[in-house]
Amino acid sequence: MASDKVVHISDSEFENKIMGNALPCLVDFWAPWCGPCKAIGPVIDELASEFDGKVVIAKMNVDDNPATPGQFGIRAIPTLILFKGGEVVDQITGAVGKSQLQDLIKKAL
Amino acid sequence: MQQAQYQLIIVGGGPAGLTAGLYAARGRLKVLLVEKGATGGQVLVTDWVDNYPGFIEGISGFDLVDKMTAHADRFGLEKKYATITALNLTGEIKSVLLESGEILTAKTIILCTGARPRKLDIPGEYEFSGRGVSYCATCDGPFYRNQEIAVVGGGNTAIQDALHLTKFASKVTVIHRRSELRATKILQEKAFCNQKIDFLWNTQVLEVRGNKNGVDSLLLRHHNGDESVLNVTGLFVLIGVTPNNELLPLDQLRADEGGFVITDGEMATSIPGVFAAGDIRSKQSRQIINAAGEGAVAELSVEHYLGNQAPDTPLNCSE
Repeated sequence: MASDKVVHISDSEFENKIMGNALPCLVDFWAPWCGPCKAIGPVIDELASEFDGKVVIAKMNVDDNPATPGQFGIRAIPTLILFKGGEVVDQITGAVGKSQLQDLIKKAL
Repeated sequence: MQQAQYQLIIVGGGPAGLTAGLYAARGRLKVLLVEKGATGGQVLVTDWVDNYPGFIEGISGFDLVDKMTAHADRFGLEKKYATITALNLTGEIKSVLLESGEILTAKTIILCTGARPRKLDIPGEYEFSGRGVSYCATCDGPFYRNQEIAVVGGGNTAIQDALHLTKFASKVTVIHRRSELRATKILQEKAFCNQKIDFLWNTQVLEVRGNKNGVDSLLLRHHNGDESVLNVTGLFVLIGVTPNNELLPLDQLRADEGGFVITDGEMATSIPGVFAAGDIRSKQSRQIINAAGEGAVAELSVEHYLGNQAPDTPLNCSE
């Protein structure tokens, strides 16, 4: 039951939809073969509902989109990066709990 | 006395919890399984399961979890995805406090909180976590295509994951503090025959070093006291597990020196009505098959503990 509030983005959309976005954006870099990515999936969906209209919650499949993860030096997934005004605010790697992600997001609010 | 909402609450949804849940739901217990992430536990990060009976060709950890979850779902197991902030295990009615503030109560609890990868606890490990230091080969292996990397450890997970990593890396150096592996013989054979795997015996990692791009080398100490530098872009730390016992009242619940919960053969802990199954238990071997088996035993012990109490749901002849 994936949330329809989560935005799925590609390399070509990244600049426009994330870096150029007026709202803060949390991007979950994931892949289908990554167990912990699957583990935090439901949490990401909940965050998308909770912060709807305030923060863009996005997912990028690193298998299909290698350029953006390369640009940010990502070597482990899931990695979640919080962007605001085209800058990295902070990031977390690994399947962390919901409260840790809420605390991360609040750094951009 | 206040009524408990459930006859049984299972804490954790790995193989132990899912099996206990399957048995309890099939046994028509009023049961709830609480899981903080997705079901599956550490099996979710297991590349390939070659020794689970019935799966003759082997099965990916991912697929095995899907099947176990679907099997429990078939009997209508009620699941809740939430983080638990406190457990009250003493008394006739146990309670589980969720992050949301909600309190759940049950007559019995099965602890299936599992374990997580142990860390080396050396300089640079935390700093480069996610930027070259990894605890999950199936997750992060594909980021190391044609690179030279290292694995630290000598058990089944370390050697199986070293083999998995050879699909991506140009060279995998296994660093082990002893002179022989603990891994099972078939994995040892595969590893010794693999041209991409090198071994450094009687060697410890002292420090992870790198630059702004991530890890570039490891400082090692050998048996004779000599130190050397190994140039690698990745280090996979696979040195066993540490118990997920942070929520457990270790002053009341008997545990071993490592913090794993001690039970009897029926999976009963030192607190009446509280059982434990899977990797959180104090035991020698941590396998998917014994986690599942212990989940079944624990659930049957719960039924025995609950005794002849009438099931909350009436017998149903419509199925």
